[in-house]
Amino acid sequence: MAKQEIRSPLPGTFYRKPAPDQPEFKAPGDSVARGDVIGLVEVMKSFHEITSEHDGTLVNFLVDNEEPVAPGQVLAEIEN
Amino acid sequence: MPISKLLIANRGEIAVRIIRAARELGIETVQVHSTADKDSLAVEIADEAVEIGPPAAAKSYLNVEAILDAARKTRADAIHPGYGFLAENADFADAVEAAGMAFVGPRGDTIRRMGDKAAARQAAQEAGVPTVPGSDGLLADAGDARQLADKIGYPVMIKATAGGGGRGIRIACNGDELDKLAPQAASEASAAFGDGGLYLEKVIERARHIEVQILGDGENVIHCFERECSLQRRRQKVWEEAPSPALNPETREALCASAVRLAKSVGYRGAGTIEYLFDDASGEFYFIEMNTRIQVEHPVTEEITGTDLVAEMIRIAGGAALSVSQADLAINGHAIEVRINAEDPANNFMPFPGLVGDFRFPGGPGVRFDHMLYPGYQIPPFYDSLLGKLIVRGATREQAIKRLKSAVSEFRIDGLKTTAPLFLALAEDEHVQSGAFHTGWLEPWLENNSAGLAQNQGGIAA
Repeated sequence: MAKQEIRSPLPGTFYRKPAPDQPEFKAPGDSVARGDVIGLVEVMKSFHEITSEHDGTLVNFLVDNEEPVAPGQVLAEIEN
Repeated sequence: MPISKLLIANRGEIAVRIIRAARELGIETVQVHSTADKDSLAVEIADEAVEIGPPAAAKSYLNVEAILDAARKTRADAIHPGYGFLAENADFADAVEAAGMAFVGPRGDTIRRMGDKAAARQAAQEAGVPTVPGSDGLLADAGDARQLADKIGYPVMIKATAGGGGRGIRIACNGDELDKLAPQAASEASAAFGDGGLYLEKVIERARHIEVQILGDGENVIHCFERECSLQRRRQKVWEEAPSPALNPETREALCASAVRLAKSVGYRGAGTIEYLFDDASGEFYFIEMNTRIQVEHPVTEEITGTDLVAEMIRIAGGAALSVSQADLAINGHAIEVRINAEDPANNFMPFPGLVGDFRFPGGPGVRFDHMLYPGYQIPPFYDSLLGKLIVRGATREQAIKRLKSAVSEFRIDGLKTTAPLFLALAEDEHVQSGAFHTGWLEPWLENNSAGLAQNQGGIAA
């Protein structure tokens, strides 16, 4: 089992849902395939999808929904 | 009662602009800010600053209670909402007045009425202002839509009454398409907004976006002529000018008079803008909506009329009558504003919230730069990308374009990518030079020209 990190390429605000009234993209424990969207980062009112580069299981999120993120900050961890 | 201390419930370049206007009027200023904006230029130049919450706008610049608290604590007697955020929130305007302060803008009920699409359209019709042919109010059902569209002609746009930001909009080019799209639009609107109500409008193809600046004191209303804002990307204006190159004097007079009639009919107070579509082919104009706030592009109007719109709206909020009459105003020259955004125009306008390095800003006759920059400023990623507005004025449109080219070519900034190269390319374009454009012109132009925008970012250190 190896642990992989998903980092934010951009500064901004992290969202775990596509819209406030919709379910989360992924929850801890969910299986994740390469290319799956795990969240959005909003930078200057434009939204960028954060995708996984690995297949595996999403272990946990290190940033809460709607919290600010810095470029390079780890958003989530995946085990495979 | 004249205002003695003004709280600015906004940020960025417009906060700086409002502070400067207030200072000139001898009014003290209080700048509220999120934690992300503590190092902003507006905070630095205001007399006082109050932190109102975390970076997310919903918890700071949209937090009515925190803003009112800051106003009470600093004993401010007025609040200027700028544009965006709470500027067109009728409940906020009411809450400010209920707290015993002046709201720099129209009364809450005016904002409410003009912010409702159907009510605003009705007000326009009652004031004898032409509106886009379409349904008066909601459609009963899809059959109703078909009957009306057959009468006014295709293409037609179906819009959700509860919509916003382009969601719930469908365009049908003929009756068959309409029959298919109307039920889809209704179910999408119902799912997204909990309201499946639809209305229908004729699509005016190749229309220009022309808007009239008005000023009212609750009794009298004057206009400050029009602006043309047809150069848009994703419905965001990027280049605005005054006057419009498309209007003859008779049409201009009819357009501006219609705006004054509408504003007068609602007893308008403050600065406002009435937006129209203008059809070159027929010479007809149609009301689309009213913005009950100061607009980003207000400086082009100031440059050709010699007015200070922000100062005037503050004076009016303090109870003064209009300080200028219609007879005082004339169009003097031509002005163009371009929006310097922290975006890379060569890379699909990717946001670029960088650290401001060394810079060279243009100057000279007829050049104005309203901005929020200083060396070493870290642009926060949480808000819009507008860094500043470069405004040029010339005796003629031709001279204004020459000055724009010269000013943009002097513009240099390290640490950021900006939209500046776009404006150099646009100023060189023959359609832009002859004023031959419409609201759908810029996007295809960008598809063909974006590669050329990669050069000329013009850093200093690089």
